[in-house]
Formats: sequence, structure tokens, C-alpha cells
Amino acid sequence: MKSRYHFLLPEVEAALASPNFFTAVKKHATRYSYSESLMEVAEINPKVVVLDVDVGKSLKTNEFAKKYPHRSFNFGIAEQNMMASAAGMATTGLIPFASGYAMFLSMRALDQVRNSVHYPHLNVKIAASHSGITPGPDGVTHQAQEDLSIIRTIAGSCVIAPADHVTTKMAVHAMTEYDGPVYLSLTRDPVPFLYTPDYPFEIGRMVTLREGNDLTIIANRDLVAHALVAAAQLSGQGIEVRVLDCHTIKPLDEEAVLKAARETGCIVTAENNVIFGGLGSAVAELLVENDPIPMQRIGVRDTFAESGPYYEVIDKYGLTYPHIIQAAQKVLDRKYAFKNQMAKGEV
Amino acid sequence: MNDLDVSKTLSVSELKRVAVQMRKDILYMIYEAQAGHPGGSLSAADILAALYFRVMRIDPANPQWEDRDRFILSKGHACPVWYAALANRGYYDRAHLSTLRKLNSILQGHADMKKTPGVDMTVGSLGQGICAGVGMALGARFQKKDFHVWVVIGDGEMQEGSVWEAAMSAAKWKLDNMTVILDLNRIQNDDFVENTMPLGQVQEKWQAFGWNAIRINGHNMQAVVDALEEAATIKGFPTIIIADTVKGKGVSFMENVPAWHGSAPNAEQYEQAIREVTGAAA
Repeated sequence: MKSRYHFLLPEVEAALASPNFFTAVKKHATRYSYSESLMEVAEINPKVVVLDVDVGKSLKTNEFAKKYPHRSFNFGIAEQNMMASAAGMATTGLIPFASGYAMFLSMRALDQVRNSVHYPHLNVKIAASHSGITPGPDGVTHQAQEDLSIIRTIAGSCVIAPADHVTTKMAVHAMTEYDGPVYLSLTRDPVPFLYTPDYPFEIGRMVTLREGNDLTIIANRDLVAHALVAAAQLSGQGIEVRVLDCHTIKPLDEEAVLKAARETGCIVTAENNVIFGGLGSAVAELLVENDPIPMQRIGVRDTFAESGPYYEVIDKYGLTYPHIIQAAQKVLDRKYAFKNQMAKGEV
Repeated sequence: MNDLDVSKTLSVSELKRVAVQMRKDILYMIYEAQAGHPGGSLSAADILAALYFRVMRIDPANPQWEDRDRFILSKGHACPVWYAALANRGYYDRAHLSTLRKLNSILQGHADMKKTPGVDMTVGSLGQGICAGVGMALGARFQKKDFHVWVVIGDGEMQEGSVWEAAMSAAKWKLDNMTVILDLNRIQNDDFVENTMPLGQVQEKWQAFGWNAIRINGHNMQAVVDALEEAATIKGFPTIIIADTVKGKGVSFMENVPAWHGSAPNAEQYEQAIREVTGAAA
């Protein structure tokens, strides 16, 4: 039988139904995938320079600094200056990658991100590690559970949250070519290697990872793996789930969402980000104006999280695959209740 | 200003005439808009006249020229002084001056680099233009370009912490291709700077941050020109020119009055103001 899955590593596909998926598979923090990719794009494009704010050890941008001392600028613990300086550098034709922690790049330096980078639409790349609750142990002050929502609201922004090592590398290459500001969301904690090198990465295009027509799960960054595990388990109950990797939250691939709405009749979104203003909101905004089908959102509810091992924290705050399975069952109930009402002529 | 030959080095007396015309234009723009910031525009007029009409390496016919000197008005609310300099220097038609702050204008309430020819950086949020200047100076050095970056900041603006982040970084990288001019007019939006949040020993603070500091009277054109030309030659440090200025300079009822930080004159006040700044030329 032909596999329903696309672009997954064979060992990942084989392990999806395993109860130990997250301990069985190999993992890598995408903050490191980012700094490894910088070496590649710097080789290709002489305009690439790397800025950081005393996070060289944490993101391993210090490796870049060793290899390219003249293309590396450490601003110390001063995100605001780095961000507006990056804007100034971009006006001279350089492609600055402003690297740091999501909390401080998206919030402390938000005024600079909006007024100096996005308003003039300058070619600044913002690389934000510790995005969402991907630093588990560091606690709330370092868990940027709002960053994707915040940057998404800025006019002309482009927000990318890749799920694994391979797509992070592809994203860094794509954003180097892209003309304009890009916010790249990276994980502090390791996430599974998922994809084969033939993954068709394109900014603004969702990728179908699993085919199915009973419901669609749209996920990004570290919850893509959870969406895949949830889909594998639901398949055991005879429910075939379509899984979409929405690595670009903005611009949203509207065509893929509307197609999923039409063909599967209900949607679950899954993001390690607050439920306000992020992926779930983006999908809901589109659906409510076009095709308001039943939908459930997985995301951080109206609360801060806490310190703890990454997996345990996101599990406690409702983001792991068992929560996605519950949301899927709920949305399916709503879908069939809606269909029954339709059949009886009640709606 | 059509009779000035800007291909030659303008004399101090010619620059004074430019500054008078710029002050008239500032008042005209803000009167037409019935909004804007006259006080801090008038205080910086002599500095921008010297920069745009003598010191900076620019080509108004080619505002995106890669090797041009860059200018950033970090105290972006004073953009009427910038717009006046650019219009008089020929970046765009003077007819635009009547459109300040109006719908569809190229002259936004705070300067927008994508709308106004000659504006090298979008400004308005205080404390950011100087940081962008650091980035431009680093960009110049990295690309082995010899253009100079000029940034005007306000004294109220120095209350923004990012100004000091920029100060540290310019000293770290020894950005001698960057000069900051502090328009020290002693007044901010609400009140005198001294009452709102005192800055202490301004010159000593910049020196302690690793900057070469020159102090001048910001309305003495000869001193302004000399300081700007000297700053461009100093190697190994970033330079700040601390220019003591008068907020509302040239208009008696605006001078040193906090209320004129951000309000427009009525018809009678406008006529008197124009008379006064014109008379100052004689």
C-alpha cells in the first residue's frame, strides 16, 4: 500500500505509532541548525553579516565569529541597538542576521522591529531562538509564547517557524534570497529530525505531510511532530488525518487552508504559542470570512507557563499530541453534528 | 537659494542666508499644517544648513548614490528642518512644503525614507536613529566605503537608553566615520530638560563613553562649520559635537518657551515670526 506520508525520514515514519516516539527519534535544537546554515549562506552571499547580543555561545554564532571575524558583530546585551543598527546596515546593502532570544528581539526591541525595520521594509533577518515555550527550564521570562503573534501583526512582516533541522536550513537559505524583513523562530530545546532533503520548502507554502480527508491538523515548529504522532494514533481508530506543516505563518498559504476546509470539513491548529493572534488565529480569520467550518485550536491558553523539562512543560500546558487527539475528537464530533443538522434541514 | 552656486564651497555668510531661508520654510510648513514641532526645528537650522550646503558629500540629483554621506535626524519630530534643507538643496520641488502632514504628501509627520527623496533613514521613535547610524557606519567600513555618517540627536532624546547602547557600540568599534551632533536646546515636550529628567554633565558623560567631544555655540555658523569639518578628520574615536542651541531660535516669542516644542503659530504669530527670522539676516 502506498504511504500516506510525504517527505518524512523512513525511521520517523516507522516510529510514529510508537508510544516512545519522542525518546526514540534523533533530535537537534534548531538554534544550532540556524548557526550551521549561516556558514553556508555566508559562503554563497558576501553581503551576509551576523549580529548578536551576547548569545554567541547559546546559538553557536560564535563559530561563525571564529570563521568570519569581520562579518560578526556582537552588540553586548543591547537588543534595541542591535535591531536599529541592523536596519542601518541594511540601508547600505548588507543582509544582517540579527540573532538573539525571541523574548527580547520580539518584545524588548519591538519598537525598533516595527519602526526601524518593518516600516521602511529593510532587509533585516531576525533569528529568534527560545521561541514559544521551547526553553522549558529557563522559565517564563525566557519563554516567548507571544512572539509569533506579535510579529505577525506588523504590516509587511514574514514569519517563519520551521519544524526541524532540514527545514530550518532551507528557511535560512530562502530568507537570504527574500527581499525584506523576515522573522525566523527557532527552538532552544531539541526537536526531532523529521524530513528528507527533498522537502519542497518555499516561503508562504504549506506542505502536506500526511494525506487524509477526515480532518486536517495544521501545525508549526515543534508541534508538527506532535501533529504527526496524533495523526498516526487517530489512524488506528480509523480516522485519516491530513497534516499540514505551516512553517510560514505569514504570509499564510490561504489556498491550502481553504482546500483543507473544503475537503476535510474540520480543522485543528496546533502551535506552541498563545492562542491569541498566532497560527490558530490566522486560520480562524481566514475561515470565518470564507468557509466557517468547525475548528479547534491547540495553543497556550490565557496563562504563563513555568520552569521544567521542555516536554513536561508543554504537556502540562496542553500542547502535546494527546491534547491534539482530544481536540481532533472534539472537532470531529462538531463536524458530524453539523452534518446531521444539515441533513435534517436544521441549518 | 537659486543664486547660490553649491558646486563651490559656500561662505559662512552664504550659509547664514541659507539658514534664514530654512527658518522661513520651517515656519511656513508648520503654519500651513497647523501642526508640527517648530522649537526643535529652528534650533537645528544652522547645523543642517552647514551640513547640507557645505560639509556633506551628496548629490541631490542622485539621492540613492551609494557613496553619499548619510544624514539621520534622530530627533525625527524636527523633520521640518530636514525637509527645508532638502527642498532648498534641490531634492524635490518647494511646492511640497505646503503639504507637510497632509494626506498623500511626501512629507510625513515624522520622516519616511521611502517617501521623501534624500531622507536616509526613517525616524520618529526616539533613540533609534543614532543606532541606525552605528549600523550605517559599520556597513561603510565593512564594504570599504569612505562615506561619513552624520546624526543629529536631541538632548531630551538622550533620556532614551538606546542612545547609550549606541554610544557604547560606536566607541567599541571606534567609528570615526560617524559624527553625532547634539542639538542641546534644553527643552523637551513637557518642560525644561532640567526639570523633566536632568542629564547631568553632558560632555563628561560622552567622554566617559569613549567619545571625542567638541562643544560649540550651535548658532555661530563659523563655529558650526569648523566643528563639523574637524569632526570628519578625527581618527580612532567617534566624535560628538555638543551644540548649545536655543529652542525656537530666531523667533522671540518661541525662544526658550517649552510650549513651542510642538505647536503651530496662528496667522498673526506667523507673520511676526517670519518678520523676525528675516530681519535676523540683516
